[in-house]
Amino acid sequence: MSTETRKLDRVVIRFAGDSGDGMQLTGDRFTSEAAAFGNDLATQPNFPAEIRAPQGTLPGVSSFQLHFADYDILTPGDRPDVLVAMNPAALKANVVDLPDGGILIVNTDEFSKRNLTKVGYDSNPLEDDSLEKFQVHKIAMATLTIGALEETGLGKKDAERAKNMFALGLLSWMYHRPTEGTERFLREKFAKKPDIAEANVLAFRAGWNYGETTEAFAVTYEVAPAKLNVGTYRQITGNTATAYGIVAAAQLSKLPVVLGTYPITPASDILHELSKHKNFDITTVQAEDEIAGIGIALGASYGGAIGVTSTSGPGIALKSETIGLGVMTELPLLVIDVQRGGPSTGLPTKTEQADLLQAMFGRNGESPVPVVAPQSPSDCFDAVVDATRIALKYRTPVLFLSDGAIANGSEPWMIPDVETLPDLTVEFATDPETFQPYSRDPETLARPWAVPGTPGLQHRIGGLEKQDVTGNISYDPENHDKMVRLRQAKVDGIEVPDVVVEDPSGEARVLVVGWGSSYGPIGAAARRVRKLGLPVAHAHLRHLNPFPKNLGDVLKSYDKVIVPEMNLGQLAMLLRAKYLVDVVSYTKVQGLPFKAEELQDVLADVIKGVSA
Amino acid sequence: MTAIDLGIPGLTGVPTTDEKQSARDYKSDQEVRWCPGCGDYIVLNAVQSFLPTLGLKRENIVFVSGIGCSSRFPYYMNTYGMHSIHGRAPAIATGLAVARPDLSVWVVTGDGDALSIGGNHLIHTLRRNVNLKILLFNNRIYGLTKGQYSPTSEPGKVTKSTPIGSVDHPFNPVSLALGAEASFVGRAMDSDKAGLTSVLRQAAEHRGSALVEIYQNCPIFNDGAFDVLKDADEAQRRIINVVDGEPIRFGREGEYCVVREGFGLAVAKSADVDASDVVVHDASDLNLSFALSRLSTQDLTHTVTGVFRRADRTTYDDGVRAQVNEAKASKAADLSKLLHGKDTWTVVG
Repeated sequence: MSTETRKLDRVVIRFAGDSGDGMQLTGDRFTSEAAAFGNDLATQPNFPAEIRAPQGTLPGVSSFQLHFADYDILTPGDRPDVLVAMNPAALKANVVDLPDGGILIVNTDEFSKRNLTKVGYDSNPLEDDSLEKFQVHKIAMATLTIGALEETGLGKKDAERAKNMFALGLLSWMYHRPTEGTERFLREKFAKKPDIAEANVLAFRAGWNYGETTEAFAVTYEVAPAKLNVGTYRQITGNTATAYGIVAAAQLSKLPVVLGTYPITPASDILHELSKHKNFDITTVQAEDEIAGIGIALGASYGGAIGVTSTSGPGIALKSETIGLGVMTELPLLVIDVQRGGPSTGLPTKTEQADLLQAMFGRNGESPVPVVAPQSPSDCFDAVVDATRIALKYRTPVLFLSDGAIANGSEPWMIPDVETLPDLTVEFATDPETFQPYSRDPETLARPWAVPGTPGLQHRIGGLEKQDVTGNISYDPENHDKMVRLRQAKVDGIEVPDVVVEDPSGEARVLVVGWGSSYGPIGAAARRVRKLGLPVAHAHLRHLNPFPKNLGDVLKSYDKVIVPEMNLGQLAMLLRAKYLVDVVSYTKVQGLPFKAEELQDVLADVIKGVSA
Repeated sequence: MTAIDLGIPGLTGVPTTDEKQSARDYKSDQEVRWCPGCGDYIVLNAVQSFLPTLGLKRENIVFVSGIGCSSRFPYYMNTYGMHSIHGRAPAIATGLAVARPDLSVWVVTGDGDALSIGGNHLIHTLRRNVNLKILLFNNRIYGLTKGQYSPTSEPGKVTKSTPIGSVDHPFNPVSLALGAEASFVGRAMDSDKAGLTSVLRQAAEHRGSALVEIYQNCPIFNDGAFDVLKDADEAQRRIINVVDGEPIRFGREGEYCVVREGFGLAVAKSADVDASDVVVHDASDLNLSFALSRLSTQDLTHTVTGVFRRADRTTYDDGVRAQVNEAKASKAADLSKLLHGKDTWTVVG
């Protein structure tokens, strides 16, 4: 038969199944295929905190959404054009997001009475008319997979487990994706179990052939490669980019890195990644707890290494006292917080931006620390290099605020030429004649970094208040006041680039300000409202402490400033307090990124209000 | 690399000097501010007298402490030092030891700092066997916060926070350390400079974590806690000093000895037992070391001093360095190659 091929500029696909169905792997492989094909892309994994929630239940649903396009896109997409549902729970949890006319591909094998009842379906939605507004493809994926693997001699249970690769094969056929990469990947992943590798490859091909040979699908789709800037690209997640940024910082500063950390979702992948790169003089220590993790990092910094600790919000709470010690001892320290839903244990696998005020103020006393936030998965690389620059140059702990959406999301990254990366080299103190532990560089206000082993510089530091210059213990009231102000002035004086405002028409009277992972949805929403003829300016903050020097002027040059955040208005509070600007705060805390369509409405309302 | 060079003794890698050093060289310019009569003075003097004999470069010695009276110790040492935060010194010192094989790293801590707020770090540091020397000043009281009971105070202890007596059960720090599989555990008295120096020397020579519990008198909040061990007559009956490889006898002319009893050990009169039944100390035998630690009772009826355990075990810091060095030797640090990874695509103009 001949299938029609339609050209599309963008597609959003969501794979959804039980958390044991391998949906993350499936999505990840489709992403790699899209990347290899040259599409721009953005992804959003969504999975339960439980490793294996009860099978077939709503809490056990795991999904992976992928947006790929022939132009530069900013988000993983609001709603899927195609939903692949591997069981009734996945259908029920995700079908609400599928727009009318959307493509729904369902694995019918799981739609037993028992499984339907488990998720509260009174009747089988595949047999009633509840799905009639979608293009539904009912496929017995498990049965077909088992059939395709019959001759491998693999047990039924093992064969059935490859059904996710059947789904991937089918979607790969539908969207004309290259397949060599996936086959190679499967053979490498299961190198030690060649029969499983072959089974997965066979299932993948079976899915492809199913599309090719049955007449179920009249249309296939093509999404051309994106016209991105000239360069070499790869796909990268935020946690990987963060880890690579740390490796780069080690190379650029010619210093060893010691990561002291404790496993925590969603930050653990930074530990996993860094532990692979010992050849870059990187030592990773999995400590007994969060406090030990940062203690080890600070001890290493004291010894002249780049001390790094990585965690999520609950871990920051535990590390607070040691961050304070870092502030007092004025040692470089990189503290990575991959934010998740809170408070307390909260939503470990979901995203949120609610640690900003904790990062800013979550310590006893006046304890200022610089705060840096990446805006996308690939931006983690540059942002963490910059955070390390600040830590080394100004001898201070730096808070790096990533979040769950950035950490696990992925996008193409134009790989930088390493020759163009900044020089991060530092000078240790060596001269006993001039050395004073708390003398300061007149420009940066940084104190000398005098590492043990340096002859003649023996000195003692610690958490007690320091006498200016000598660093001896001091309880003098005037000295304390001076030191508090000096530490604040040091952080206030950190050089950060001016914030850049994006306003293509130059006519905007409304400014939308964001920080962190909301860059994509805000940027996409801004594009949409501009298309509607409503001008809007967008400024996105990487540096939250100190703020860019031009920020006050920027804020005051617009009639209205709106700040969308995945918290209850933490940046809005800081902006109001510092600049006395009547910021409109738009907030949502559902553990999910903003949708461009909702922000589009929010922006449009504000813009129309200003124009009225 | 197949085997890690243990580099015994514990100071391998730390640069030495031929310059003659004296205790004076180790005194900092800071005024010592412990209370008059505090046992900490004696320990400070012992350490300042002992360190010159190691012949290390002073700048390669670091003292890290937590919070508490004893944790002021680094300020008085003319070495590098960090007075950190409550209970965390072992963690901070671990980071330093991992990063810097050329340093001799010492932790100074107290019974509250090490065993209460920092208990977790202590046991894990000992378990990992990081090359640190941990001096645990045990005065069985909280001094800096002015007199609350500590995790080594006796049950029934009346303090400001326990006006009708503490119902807490105390730790035996040596048993705790051995339970955490410390590779070196010793105990000494602040008042016994020779004994203290001997244990400190063996600790310094040991590669790995060395925990030295030092009984230390707090004259203000717990005066006389160890007086029964300082009375010459009582000490004869109570203090069991052990030496690796030697039969365990104590008292005047070896009046008493240690023998096996059930799964543990007991004290007997030497005259009542056959010489062959006297236990010979073997510091490499964890079970024997533990049994010895149980001979020490909270009421000090008997107190074992000396080195309970000394065993060779790969240190954590040597282990992680070996992995890093092996990786550096076998794989070039090519940043560009790392950033590119396996799957790239190129957009051309």
